[in-house]
Amino acid sequence: MVKRMLFLDNVNIQYKTKNETWEVIQNLSLQIKQGEALIILGSSGCGKSTLINALAGTIPIESGYIEFVKDNDRKPLTPKNHTIGFIPQNCGLLPWKTVKDNCLLPLKIHHKRVDEKKKQEIIKIYEALNISHLLNKYPKELSGGQVQRAAIARAFIMKPDLLLMDEPFSALDAITREEARELFLNVWNQNKATTILVTHSIEEALYLGNRIAVMGTEKGEMKYFMDNPYLGKSYPDDTNYLNTKRLLRDMLKVEERKETVE
Amino acid sequence: MNKIIRNLKLFIQGFLSINLIWFIGYLVSDTTVIPNPIYVYKNFGNILTDHMMIHILYSLKRIGIGLLLSLLVGIPIGILMAYSQKINRILYPFIYFGYPIPKTALLPIAMLLLGMRDGSKIVIMFLVIVFQVIVSVRDSVYNIDNVLYQVIQSNGASRWQMIWHVTLPAILPQLLTSVRVSLGAAVSILFFVEGYGTTYGVGYYIQDAWSKINYVDMYIGIITISIMGFSLFALIDYASDKLCKWNR
Repeated sequence: MVKRMLFLDNVNIQYKTKNETWEVIQNLSLQIKQGEALIILGSSGCGKSTLINALAGTIPIESGYIEFVKDNDRKPLTPKNHTIGFIPQNCGLLPWKTVKDNCLLPLKIHHKRVDEKKKQEIIKIYEALNISHLLNKYPKELSGGQVQRAAIARAFIMKPDLLLMDEPFSALDAITREEARELFLNVWNQNKATTILVTHSIEEALYLGNRIAVMGTEKGEMKYFMDNPYLGKSYPDDTNYLNTKRLLRDMLKVEERKETVE
Repeated sequence: MNKIIRNLKLFIQGFLSINLIWFIGYLVSDTTVIPNPIYVYKNFGNILTDHMMIHILYSLKRIGIGLLLSLLVGIPIGILMAYSQKINRILYPFIYFGYPIPKTALLPIAMLLLGMRDGSKIVIMFLVIVFQVIVSVRDSVYNIDNVLYQVIQSNGASRWQMIWHVTLPAILPQLLTSVRVSLGAAVSILFFVEGYGTTYGVGYYIQDAWSKINYVDMYIGIITISIMGFSLFALIDYASDKLCKWNR
């Protein structure tokens, strides 16, 4: 029996302004296995970023619960109870810290001591992401791809129980994006963090996920789940691959059409 | 290194051109109020016999304490105003109204309440600087990208860790800029606040020489206070260069 790691049960998330309250996510239930990479596909405005932020502990949930099993201990998922790596769209590196200080900040916040073994691990991650020569630079001095790689390094160095990514590759140009995805997958394969990544790119979903969910525009309802056999592979001409791609595109399109009719 | 040379060149150029204008003024006017600059510089040794260093230290002490108090009060208030709408609603009208009030106009009140000694002088310094600090801190906290907080919050950072790692570094460049501007004002106000209740300070030195019709010493005082202002300016520039490398 596979032990589930992350449980979302009947989660409701609301947005509130002074006069208005609206449900962004309603009664969402979801489970994710350890070491799984779940890609949530959705068009813009469907609430996928809200979901990621709720998981990251930066916005509260209205009702329901989000729990995480670690060492056979089931607890509410919070930044205090668990190690959560979060890579937002613009990477979120602190401009006033060097790449190195950015990468080590999560450890510092958790008051984790860096021993010799950890140091070697960290160096390995720097090398895998090809940022060893950038450690003393400030984010402003880096290219988009370099910032991306630094943010990925920061997330993996903290050995996250859960890794959250919000359209992490969308700001990059096509070639840099491919490289960054490949490097990411490489490091991910070595570290196997349980991952949730939201994106609107079907190709990205097929390349990076072992499970794909399509999120509707209606209150965060999950329209469709599939296990993805194409993780880490690209078959631009394979018929099955193209069929899957078309299927996902149709799922997304149905949603968009519904939106325009309303 | 190049930058130091460039700044030095700028300094010398500015220094010479001001003195040139002064010299021309001396040539075209026929009054002892504008003495020959060369004669003034020849007597610059007076600063040693007049113990100018002590005057400078007194002036710096008044500015320094005023600045320190403004930072200690202004930074937390600015941050609170940015974080809490409620506090902003209460304090903003006060700041908005108080900011443009010429603080030297409050000098009589400060003197009556706090006496003629350093208390009233420092309070005026404080008032001159603190509004600038509050406004610049509040505005730069507003400009911080929320994502930066979210990332370190998801790493489990406490409120204090968020202020230490995100808020304070983020406000630093703009804070230093506003301190630089308000220090300029503070130096010019020395002239007023050191005109009473003390026999020390560069402002006192100028007024003392003035009342004795000792124009050479008066000019020496003016030159000293100018160099002091310039040095404070340069010091903040230097600090800003060192502390905000990431911002260049």
